[in-house]
Amino acid sequence: MSLLSKIKETLICFKAGRVTLPYPRETRPVPPRFRGRPVFDAAKCVGCGGCASNCPAREILMVDLCQEVRVVKYIGRRCTYCGRCADVCPEKAITMSKEFETATNEIHDIQQELELFMGTCQRCGRCFTDAGPLDQLKMKGYRFDELDKDRWVYRSAGYLEKEAAVRDIEIEMD
Amino acid sequence: MSILQNLCQQLFKRSLWVYHANSGGCNGCDIEVLNVLTPYYDVERFGIKLVGSPRHADVMLCQGPAMRSTGKALRRAYEAMPAPKLVFAIGSCACGGGIWHDTYSVLGPVEKILPVSYYIPGCPPRPEAIIYGVAVALGVVDKKSAPVKFKQMELAIPRYHPEDLKEENGMVVYQKCEKI
Ligand code: SF4
Ligand code: SF4
Ligand code: SF4
Repeated sequence: MSLLSKIKETLICFKAGRVTLPYPRETRPVPPRFRGRPVFDAAKCVGCGGCASNCPAREILMVDLCQEVRVVKYIGRRCTYCGRCADVCPEKAITMSKEFETATNEIHDIQQELELFMGTCQRCGRCFTDAGPLDQLKMKGYRFDELDKDRWVYRSAGYLEKEAAVRDIEIEMD
Repeated sequence: MSILQNLCQQLFKRSLWVYHANSGGCNGCDIEVLNVLTPYYDVERFGIKLVGSPRHADVMLCQGPAMRSTGKALRRAYEAMPAPKLVFAIGSCACGGGIWHDTYSVLGPVEKILPVSYYIPGCPPRPEAIIYGVAVALGVVDKKSAPVKFKQMELAIPRYHPEDLKEENGMVVYQKCEKI
């Protein structure tokens, strides 16, 4: 009986043919609705910060170097490819690409950085905010990322035994 | 890159035995890793085999962030592995902490606890992406990503009174007018 079932199994195996995908040598197109890595378009981005406000992973940092220069930094390491940034962007500067071959031995390889000039008020020279603090929460681009605080978030390994973590993480922003 | 690749090719000529450690992920990445071992993707053709104990393994596949509750166990599992060892961080959680990177129970990426050799971002990464990462490590293919940096070289609008600019607390601000 068991021999018979084994023979049957063999026949089924032969009937199935080859199913294995010869992946690294031969690729298969991704499904049409697949979301890969978001790609930023520096020509379209206006630096409003909507993507940073909406990112669930707090993946996009907005840093103002001075009054007129804003840096949009996409770190890439904790991106969940949810597409919320692309969804909220008013200028459609972010596209969810079909790229998934992002494996790397150096985590900095997947970051993107845009350095943008920001318009300021022609009279006072400042970027202006209006509305009250509650309304500002709803505005795009209200959020500044305090890098010192981000460092603090990562530095919570204190509970581990005395020796420091093997390689303490270099926060993305030097 | 090339040093690490050469090292891999020298040390792991025959086959990689992988140990699969989830330190607090949502199980999405586990399913993709198991998917990779099915006949459809079949990484056993590269000699990769899943083993049940870190003491038999060459490679640790980490899923999930380093958590307060599992950090020590993860470190112990890493220490139990015999000497030439690699750690693959699979998924956004392992690479960077994921969307829970600032939660009270999460320490951060597994990099906080173990030295990570290869990162495979994605939430979860596609099985192909995992195979790609392994292929990069084995030197079968080259990595494709590189950091991108754009810089606008000119101010989009003319600056109004550039002579009034001064530095204050590391920021460039406009000087207040003495009188108007
Ligand atoms: S895809 Fe989602 S997680 Fe990634 S940067 Fe955009 S909003 Fe953030
Ligand atoms: S939402 Fe779009 S335009 Fe605004 S900062 Fe992000 S990428 Fe730039
Ligand atoms: S990276 Fe995404 S799928 Fe993987 S364990 Fe984390 S949340 Fe789950």
